Amino acid sequence: MSAAVEHSSVPSSVKIAPPPAELEREPLVLHNRSVGWISDHIAGICEGPAPKWWLPALAISSTALLMMLGCIGYLISTGVGVWGLNQPVEWAWDITNFVFWIGIGHAGTLISAILFLLRQKWRTSVNRAAEAMTLFAVACAGIFPVIHVGRIWYAVWWLPPIPNNYEIWVNFRSPLLWDVFAVSTYGTVSLLFWYTGLIPDLATMRDRATNKVKKFLYGFFALGWTGSNRHWSNYEKAYLLLAGLSTPLVLSVHSIVSFDFAVSQVPGWHTTIFPPYFVAGAVFSGFGMVLTLLVPLRTLCKLEDIVTVRHVSLMCKVILATGSIVGYAYGMEFFIAWYGGNPYELAAFTNRAFGPYWWAYWSMISCNVICPHLFWFKWCRENMVFVFIVSIFVNIGMWFERFVIIVISLHRDYLPSSWGYFRPTWVDVCTFIGSFGLFVTLFLLFMRYLPMIAISEVKGVTPQADPHHPQGGAKHGGHH
Amino acid sequence: MNAYGLLAVFDTPADAMHAAEKVRDAGYSKWDVHTPFPVHGMDAAMGLSNSKVGWFTFLGGVTGYTSGMIMIWWMNAYDYKIIIGGKPMFSPFFSFPVSYELTILLASFGSLIGMFLLNRLPRLHHPLLKNRKFSTGASHDKFILVIETADPKFNDQETRKLLSSAGSKHIELVED
Repeated sequence: MSAAVEHSSVPSSVKIAPPPAELEREPLVLHNRSVGWISDHIAGICEGPAPKWWLPALAISSTALLMMLGCIGYLISTGVGVWGLNQPVEWAWDITNFVFWIGIGHAGTLISAILFLLRQKWRTSVNRAAEAMTLFAVACAGIFPVIHVGRIWYAVWWLPPIPNNYEIWVNFRSPLLWDVFAVSTYGTVSLLFWYTGLIPDLATMRDRATNKVKKFLYGFFALGWTGSNRHWSNYEKAYLLLAGLSTPLVLSVHSIVSFDFAVSQVPGWHTTIFPPYFVAGAVFSGFGMVLTLLVPLRTLCKLEDIVTVRHVSLMCKVILATGSIVGYAYGMEFFIAWYGGNPYELAAFTNRAFGPYWWAYWSMISCNVICPHLFWFKWCRENMVFVFIVSIFVNIGMWFERFVIIVISLHRDYLPSSWGYFRPTWVDVCTFIGSFGLFVTLFLLFMRYLPMIAISEVKGVTPQADPHHPQGGAKHGGHH
Repeated sequence: MNAYGLLAVFDTPADAMHAAEKVRDAGYSKWDVHTPFPVHGMDAAMGLSNSKVGWFTFLGGVTGYTSGMIMIWWMNAYDYKIIIGGKPMFSPFFSFPVSYELTILLASFGSLIGMFLLNRLPRLHHPLLKNRKFSTGASHDKFILVIETADPKFNDQETRKLLSSAGSKHIELVED
C-alpha cells in the first residue's frame, strides 16, 4: 500500500508521493485479503456444515410461515370479516403490511442500482444480500393485496388485463391497476438483476462443487459461464443498463404505491408530497432492514473483513439522510394542512397527533424522526449493538408510518356518525408475524445455498484486482 | 488427439493484460482471457469494441412503451368503452404509468437476452471446463489466456513461444 500508485500517463521518472495517512481511505476488504481468500471465505458459508444456529432459526421461521398459511386459508375460506376491518376502516393491516414490505425492498435496489451508477464501490459487499432481501420482501408484499380482495378466485380478472365475463377490460384509469404493473415489474426486474449478478458466482460455486448434484445444479444455473473477457464485456454493459433501468423503476414503484392514496380525495391522503416522501421512507426502512439482517450476520458468518465497520457506518449515514427527509415530510404535511386552509385537512392532521390513535403517531415520530439523528455521532454508527437496536426501531417506526397514514386517515369519515375505531384480530396479528416467517425462511435458505456476498464484485474492488496497482502486478514505471 | 487450444496461466491481472496486448499485436483472432472478475482495461488490451447490448435494450424499451400505449387505448377506448368518473376514454397521461413500467420491463429483458445472444450463452458444455487447471483457476484467482487451435495463425511452437515470452509459468494444451 505504501508504494506510490503509478498512473499510465505519468513517466516513470516522476515520483508521486503516497497520500498522507489521514487522507488514506480505509480499504473495502480489511487485512489485505487475497482474491482467492475471498472466494474461499464466502463460498465456505455454503460449503461447510451448517452453523449451529441455522437449523433452529429455520425451524422457528418456517413455523411462523406455516402459521401465516393457516391464517390465509382461514381468511379465504371464511371471508375478510376475520380481520378487524370495519366501516369506515376498510384498509388496515393488510395494506399497511403491503406498503411496509414493498418499502423494505427499495434499499436493495438502491444499493444495487443507484449506488452502482454513483460508483460507490462499497456497495459490492452488501448488494447481493440486499437484493435477495428485496426479492423476499416483494414476495411478502405481494401476498397482502391479493388476499385482501376477499373473493380471491376473482382476482385473476382484476389484476392482469383479462376481460371479465361481460367482456369488460380492467380500468387503466385506476392507480390500483398501475400498482399491479409497478409491483410485478419491480419483482421481475429485481429477479433479473439479482440473477445476472449471480451468474459469475454460480460459476465459481460450480467449479468448487465436490459432489455431482451440486455441480449439476450450480452448473445448470451458471449457464456455462467461463469468465471469458469477451463475455464480461457484454455482461458489464448489460449490468450497467439494468442498473440504469432499475433506478427510474425503483423511484416509480413507491411513487405509484403512493398514488394509491394520493389520487383519492381522503383528507390526509390527497397530498402532492406523497411520491418523494414515500420513496425516501422506503429507502429509510429498507436500510433499516438491511442493517437488521447484516449486523448479526457479519458476526455469525465471520464476515467482518468484507462487511466492515465502514460499510455499516455508511449505511447508517444513508439512514440519517433519508430519515431527515422523512422528518421534513412529516413537518411539511402539517404545515400544508394549516397553510392550505382546508378545515377537513387540518382536522385530519390534528386528529393524527392528538386523536384516539395518538400513540401510533408518537411511536412513529420517536422511531423515525428522533432515532436516526443519533447517527450524527460516530460512536453510534460504529457500535454494532447500538446500530442493530436503532435499525429495529426504524423498522417499527416505518410500519407505524403506514398504519398512521392508512388507518388514522380512514377512521374518521366526514360525518361523526361514520366514525369508527380499528382493532386488529388475532388473524391480523398472526398473518403479519407469519409474513416475517416467510421472509426469514427465504433468507436463511438463500444464505445457505447461494453466495451471500457478490464474490466476483468484491474481488474486483481489491487492489490485487487492479492491473495498475503494484498489488495487481503492475511493474514500476507504468505500461501501455 | 483433438486439441481445443493452448492455455496459459497468469497470476496477476497486469501480467494477463500485458500478455493480451502481445497476443492482440501478433494478430490472433480466436482467443480470449478468462478472469474471475472483469479486469479494467482488458477490453482495450484485447482490442474489443464497445458492446452492442444497448441496442437490444433500446428495442425492448420501444416495444414496451408502444405496446403499453396501444394496449390501453385498444382495451379502454376501442374494444369496450366505459365512462368512468367522467375521465377521457384515452389520455397519454393516465396510460403513462403502465406504459412506463412496461418500457422498463421489456428493456430489462432486452438487456439480458441481448447479453445472452451476444455471448452465445447458455452453453452447458465447454471444452475448457473439463480442464482441471482451468476450472480451479479462472473462477477463483488465476487469469487464463486461451488461444484456440482454430485460429488461422495458430502454430503449436510459435504460439507456445509467444505465451511463454509473455511471462506465463504454466502453458498447457487443452483437449476438445
